[in-house]
Amino acid sequence: MSGTFLGMPAFPEAAGAAVADPVLRANLRHATHTIRAKRERAVAELADWEELRQAGKEIKDRTLRRLDVYLLRLEEAVVAAGGTVHWAEDAEEANRIVTGLVEATGEREVVKVKSMATQETGLNEALAAAGIAAYETDLAELIVQLGDDRPSHILVPAIHRNRGEVRDIFRERMGDFGRPAPEGLTDEPAELAEAARLHLREKFLRARVGISGANFMVAETGTLVVVESEGNGRMCLTLPETLISVVGVEKVVPTWRDLEVFLQTLPRSSTAERMNPYTSMWTGTADGDGPRAFHLVLLDNGRTAALADATGRQALRCIRCSACLNVCPVYERAGGHAYGSVYPGPIGAILTPQLRGTVSELDASLPYASSLCGACYEVCPVAIDIPEVLVALRERVVAEGGSPHRSGHRLERAAMAAATWVFDHPAALAAGERLASATRRLHPSRPLGAGAWTEGRSLPELPERSFRDWWRRRTRDGEEGS
Amino acid sequence: MRVALFVTCVNDAVYPATGIAVVRILERLGVAVGFPAAQSCCGQPQYNSGYREQARRLARRTARAFDGYSHVVTPSGSCAAMVRAHYAGLGEPGLGPRVYELSEFLVDVLGVVDVGAVFPHRVTYHPSCHGLRLLGLGDRPRRLLAAVRGLELVELEGAEECCGFGGTFAVKNPEVSVAMGRDKVGAAVATGAEVLCGADNSCLMHLEGVRARTGGEGAARLRTVHLAEILASTEEEPLR
Repeated sequence: MSGTFLGMPAFPEAAGAAVADPVLRANLRHATHTIRAKRERAVAELADWEELRQAGKEIKDRTLRRLDVYLLRLEEAVVAAGGTVHWAEDAEEANRIVTGLVEATGEREVVKVKSMATQETGLNEALAAAGIAAYETDLAELIVQLGDDRPSHILVPAIHRNRGEVRDIFRERMGDFGRPAPEGLTDEPAELAEAARLHLREKFLRARVGISGANFMVAETGTLVVVESEGNGRMCLTLPETLISVVGVEKVVPTWRDLEVFLQTLPRSSTAERMNPYTSMWTGTADGDGPRAFHLVLLDNGRTAALADATGRQALRCIRCSACLNVCPVYERAGGHAYGSVYPGPIGAILTPQLRGTVSELDASLPYASSLCGACYEVCPVAIDIPEVLVALRERVVAEGGSPHRSGHRLERAAMAAATWVFDHPAALAAGERLASATRRLHPSRPLGAGAWTEGRSLPELPERSFRDWWRRRTRDGEEGS
Repeated sequence: MRVALFVTCVNDAVYPATGIAVVRILERLGVAVGFPAAQSCCGQPQYNSGYREQARRLARRTARAFDGYSHVVTPSGSCAAMVRAHYAGLGEPGLGPRVYELSEFLVDVLGVVDVGAVFPHRVTYHPSCHGLRLLGLGDRPRRLLAAVRGLELVELEGAEECCGFGGTFAVKNPEVSVAMGRDKVGAAVATGAEVLCGADNSCLMHLEGVRARTGGEGAARLRTVHLAEILASTEEEPLR
């Protein structure tokens, strides 16, 4: 079973620890820089990229504005095609529904397609509590599950592991879950992939229940879409007798025409491919082909609350491509675990506090986990203005009287109020500057309370006089001072 | 054209030489420049930290301070971006279109690329994020630098990556901030440049602070200098 994020420290502490881990830093730097460069090339191939980006944004916004209508249309189409639709208000309800559906089949194990929604709800843990084993079949999810680890990236959840670490995990843990790793397994990528293939093949052929998420749901026909690279998804979606898909309500698109836009932007943004290797689409059930029973669990879990926020709702456009993680300088250094959620990086910093609220120290610290450099917004294929949402969430944290460092919050509030007063009274500002400059020889190089700055940086020396003072003298003396 | 200098609070208190440099450049190019004393801070620290009401107060003050000026020039891409991108949302839509970051004013308004500067040194340029992404300064700063006599401009690897300052980010997430700063300083040292130039002194304050704690000969030789100070440097009054 994978570890959970409960009880995590606030972002700055966790990120500080990650920064000090040289192996993690090297793994992340190598991986993010590689995919960053590839994405740039893949996107540059399309002359109409900006138009596609704008179209994706507008399709999502239009859908979200009438989400109720499209969800009901989707439900109608899924039911007409032989599927069953369940509505889950929160994670617990979703897990209860899925557990009940699996129990009704009498099966004690399920195979899973990589799914953010079921990670968000902690489905594997809920199934385990009911005595049902859930096997992850995506290669990276397998690495995370075998390593009793947590995902640290949306698309490549084991990005924090290098191949040597993967070999060790396979050697030590595969036997506990099924077919052990071959003797003498090395860290050659082809060998590692083959070990995973052999291990997983057993699961695919045995499993009678498959659980997935979906990248998109097409309302007009009730069709679900999973895009993937490894073919494990295709196996899980077609071989089992029962298929259960847990999907966030924001994943609906009205028509196939709308879907076309995202099938261009998603692969290029995520894996830097023109087209992903496997695109599986299914509509209800079909006689003699694929699962006999299909259940769709529509998950809210905070999404409609986010929809009510005029600025924050744009986070619901997200198609989980991970481009924002791959360009984020903070993610690159802090790693995914520091974000304490299955959604790390810039999108996690705006999504998690909206889905979970800003009550915990960790969740309240996430809107501050950014230098607001804007690299994420630049690459986002649905134009989510992440810095804008971060600032709005900071306003919320301030309004709630909380802050990443709650003890320091009163101090920050006082400092902001004092600074605003001084800046609103330039005479006081000028006097303060003169006083600071006059006493500058007395200032310690590491003043008390400036530790967060001076731990890794020196402070600038104050000048003999401020610009304001220089200008005043120059105007008074009618000559240029210096 | 009535031109005012918006020096910004950081430059006023900590880096007056940058403000003085802007005045020298503009006057050298025949532009009379005013300095309304009612100006102070644009309100960006408040705005970005979630103190919107306080940001609104400073936006109002700043907008009033520059009433009557047709062009407001500032040596900070970040403060210019604050005014242009966010003042309308704070109820002050009038100032944004009249605010120019220094390189924009020189290249777009005055139509000058060669400002008659002399600076015989090896220089690399870090484009700060807000100038780069919110203002779209593009290659304006580098074109200005390339036209400086004696100056050898060398490309900075990963130039468009954030330096890690980010306002209160620098103290709220100090470890990540410093790690980003170290990588930026490292990239600058690798160019063999003597000067790491930027158009935002708050970023340079962070980078200089990191540099001073970085060992090695390259870091010891490197210094951070604002774009305006290089452009102000002449044969008669050289920047040392």
